[in-house]
Amino acid sequence: MNTILVAVMVLGATALVLAGVLFVVSKKFAVKEDPRVGQVAEVLPQANCGGCGFPGCAGFADACVKAGSLDGLLCPVGGQAVMTQVAEILGLSAGAAEPKVAVVRCNGTCEHRPRTVVYDGAVSCKIAHATGCGETGCAYGCLGCGDCVKACQFDAIRMNPETGLPEVDADKCTACGACVKACPRMIIELRNKGRNGRRMVVLCVNKDKGALTRKACEVGCIGCSKCQKVCPFEAITIANNLAYIDYEKCKLCRKCEDECPQHSIVAVNFPVRKPKPAPEAEAPKAAEAPKATEAPEATQKS
Amino acid sequence: MSPHVHSGDSVSKNMRWVIIAMLPAMLWSFYAFGLGAVIVTATSVASCVFFEWAINKFILKNDQCTLCDYSAVVTGILLAFNLPANLPLYIIIIGALFAIGVVKMTFGGLGCNLFNPALAARVFLLISFPVKMTMFPEVGQMTAYADAVTAATPMANLAKTDLLPLFLGNVGGSLGEVSALCLLIGLVILLVTRTITWHIPVSILATVLVLTGLLNIAYPVEVATPWHHLFGGGLMLGAVFMATDYVTSPMTAKGQLIYGFCIGFLTVAIRVFGAYPEGMSFAILIMNAFVPLINNACKPQRFAKEVKK
Amino acid sequence: MKTFRIGGVHPAENKLSAGKKIEPMALPKQAVFPLSQHIGAPAVACVAKGDMVKVGTKIADAGGFVSAAIFSSVSGKVAKIDSIIDASGYRKPAIFIDVIGDEWEEIIDRSEELVTECALEPAEIVAKIKDAGIVGMGGACFPTHVKLTPPPGSKAECVIINAVECEPYLTADHQLMLEKPEQILVGVSLLMKAVNVTKGYIGIENNKPDAIALMKEKAAKYPNIEIVPLKVQYPQGGEKQLIDAVIGRQVPNPPAIPIAVGAVVQNVGTAYAVYEAVIKNKPLFERVVTVTGKALANPSNLLTRMGTPMSMLIEAAGGMPENTGKIIGGGPMMGKALLNAEVPICKGSSGVLLMTEEESVRGKEQNCIRCAKCVGACPMGLEPYLLAKLGEYSDWERAENEDIMTCIECGCCTFTCPSNRPLLDWIRLAKNTVGGIIRERNMKK
Repeated sequence: MNTILVAVMVLGATALVLAGVLFVVSKKFAVKEDPRVGQVAEVLPQANCGGCGFPGCAGFADACVKAGSLDGLLCPVGGQAVMTQVAEILGLSAGAAEPKVAVVRCNGTCEHRPRTVVYDGAVSCKIAHATGCGETGCAYGCLGCGDCVKACQFDAIRMNPETGLPEVDADKCTACGACVKACPRMIIELRNKGRNGRRMVVLCVNKDKGALTRKACEVGCIGCSKCQKVCPFEAITIANNLAYIDYEKCKLCRKCEDECPQHSIVAVNFPVRKPKPAPEAEAPKAAEAPKATEAPEATQKS
Repeated sequence: MSPHVHSGDSVSKNMRWVIIAMLPAMLWSFYAFGLGAVIVTATSVASCVFFEWAINKFILKNDQCTLCDYSAVVTGILLAFNLPANLPLYIIIIGALFAIGVVKMTFGGLGCNLFNPALAARVFLLISFPVKMTMFPEVGQMTAYADAVTAATPMANLAKTDLLPLFLGNVGGSLGEVSALCLLIGLVILLVTRTITWHIPVSILATVLVLTGLLNIAYPVEVATPWHHLFGGGLMLGAVFMATDYVTSPMTAKGQLIYGFCIGFLTVAIRVFGAYPEGMSFAILIMNAFVPLINNACKPQRFAKEVKK
Repeated sequence: MKTFRIGGVHPAENKLSAGKKIEPMALPKQAVFPLSQHIGAPAVACVAKGDMVKVGTKIADAGGFVSAAIFSSVSGKVAKIDSIIDASGYRKPAIFIDVIGDEWEEIIDRSEELVTECALEPAEIVAKIKDAGIVGMGGACFPTHVKLTPPPGSKAECVIINAVECEPYLTADHQLMLEKPEQILVGVSLLMKAVNVTKGYIGIENNKPDAIALMKEKAAKYPNIEIVPLKVQYPQGGEKQLIDAVIGRQVPNPPAIPIAVGAVVQNVGTAYAVYEAVIKNKPLFERVVTVTGKALANPSNLLTRMGTPMSMLIEAAGGMPENTGKIIGGGPMMGKALLNAEVPICKGSSGVLLMTEEESVRGKEQNCIRCAKCVGACPMGLEPYLLAKLGEYSDWERAENEDIMTCIECGCCTFTCPSNRPLLDWIRLAKNTVGGIIRERNMKK
């Protein structure tokens, strides 16, 4: 009996002392934090992808609380819904933002862009990029080592072994921008998803002169500026032998696609065209269009 | 990407040398314990290889063939070296599953494990089946397996054992640990082929020699002579094959010396003062856990370090 | 036998072209001169399309202090200034010259006569070296005049000549020593005079006993120049390793340079170029290039004009073997695999190595087994396995703390790795990134 009592008392006393220590420590070393940071962090997706440009969700929450307005602050993963919640907590108004998706601007498949040498270094685009212009003659195109795949936290980007190019799953892509940062050649761009996911994109970033580009790749943009001339909306600019379609201005008329001699301009998620003439198909047909992957689209084009 | 030439060294080459270095001790165990030793070794190797293959194929879904690097074979032989020759098959298979499945593959396979798989499995079995694991058959029963006559390991009564049979391996014990001579031959093979460096084995053996020597002088009755300690039990096996395992030993020479010293110290402490007559496996496992710390603390001698402040 | 103290490996030497006499190469039809042939700012072209040039005419000016001028190696007409894929693997600006005849600038003394006397002042020697566009010819291509101009506050004590040629296969320096020993010694004494020191060492690995014997015999006349035989060990030709091996001092980490321990290191080929530039007024436009490879019919040492495409050298050495897997500019340990054989010979091209398909296959990468062989091999006392991992996981801060910037990219770690891990690839990536971070930080200060 006595032993039990002693044991209980000793352990009880130890517990008390330790509880006291814990109490003192928690008071003394408490970090003062705006309680709203925690609240904001709670509504965030906690993917910690860094897509917002801050170190993780906690960092983003902190920035939201400290900033006076939410302009320019966007959680690409949670999107508009989450930002509205954040705005509610902070008593601010959320800015509107168009949903975006990552687009791989290279169509140099094995078929279009023959491999001339073999790269045998570590499997990393960054290293391949530092080593030389890669396995093909194109010094701007996709290296195919999959740094973007490794960077994606949402499993939205995969390498297609047939084309040797990464493909973005538009449904899973949250436009966090991790792949954009990971690509040493800045091939991936965040573009507006567009109506029904339809987009017109120049799938090329080659800045070489036309002759060199053509030598390296069948579908490389040669900067001939035919598309620029045909575009009724002035959405296309040519710089450094390369065309670029401004997705804000593009009205998806598809005129440039027909004009492009290199077939570098690709229409994504449009219904498959009937032989000719091709009237803009009705909405239901759009659903039949193949999935939102860029590269196969390009190869399937009739 | 440069360099464009390679030394031709490979994991499998290193592992092959380890296996070759283990052959003398293995052959001795076949000679000493006969059929039992063969059965135990074969079962252990086969089940280790099988589990490695099966886990890779069905759980990790890894197409890479990790069998070709022979590391599972090495683990299998090492596990067998740590078992008595009359151990039932199911215990060996459990040991192999633990070694490969739990200790090695859960951490990510070769190179990622924290502890030496064979050794961890031995300790696991020792704690799970304490009686079966410490009943060692007597030497010279060529055809016996389960029915072998057993005797206690000389470790229980180390001071009274003759030195020569202890050195040659004419005593009871686990398969691989009995013959210090064969293990020393293995050590020479490993050193000559540059598979390992001298730091770990030499520092372990030297530490044990010095410590037990001092203790022997202080307590000549209770503590056996340093030579008994060196040649008896699993010390030699551990120093040559277990502690030198690449994956679970420190990277730098300095770290390896510290590691070896600590293993030697712990072994002697457990053997002389602890409850178990054998302390090698525990000492190595404890030090395995300290390897990351040792690696952090012991950086190699940087170029021009003495000039730097 | 002396050698450096930490790490090192000994790859198979494969000096296939050893003992082959240096033969002059035929002139190319068109010579191409990339504007970045050296470390530092690219040179600036000073000729235009249609200009006529002679052998030895300056075609590009130095683009800054750390830069070097480029001279035409042929006579003819400037065809265009365009881009060509050079050893970096990318298109870089270059001057193309169509070859017409072989007319030399009159100022160049083309006689073979050996001149040992030179009345020039140190500053004049350095100026002449600078005006000849000489860069380190061992491969790093650091402009020589920069090395010969010690920063204020530091004092050179000795000149060390790098004649170890520790790269496997290469024999250009070896053969040069056998054929031009006296010229090299004059070049060394000029270098010593230029930095005002009285002690010179020539470090030669003892796999070249004939060169050691010959140089010792000839150097008897030069009491201040000592021939130092060294144990064969890669990367002994690394500047820091060579200084450690020869005078037993270790250069502190960057930003310290060898002058911090009083040493000025020059390649033996550079010493020869210095002799030609100072005594014979001949700017740097040709060099000895080793063309070698196991499948090559006739490995040789060729005296080549700069701008000659490598394919011509390969033809001269017996033609491109069918089973060629890789063309490497330089030696197998530090050389770069080239995208095609049209890359022109530059100032730093010490060799062209053809590897067969079997040789060029890298072993399959396996898990790191933490065998620590890379740690033992690293001549800088680093932990390559750790640095490579940090590179893979982009932990730049820790990589910097682990002294990644001291890595000399010698490749001993990858060479020795039993798991065939591309350690150096990752370390290079990390080193470049960390270097960028440090530069940025310094800019902010």
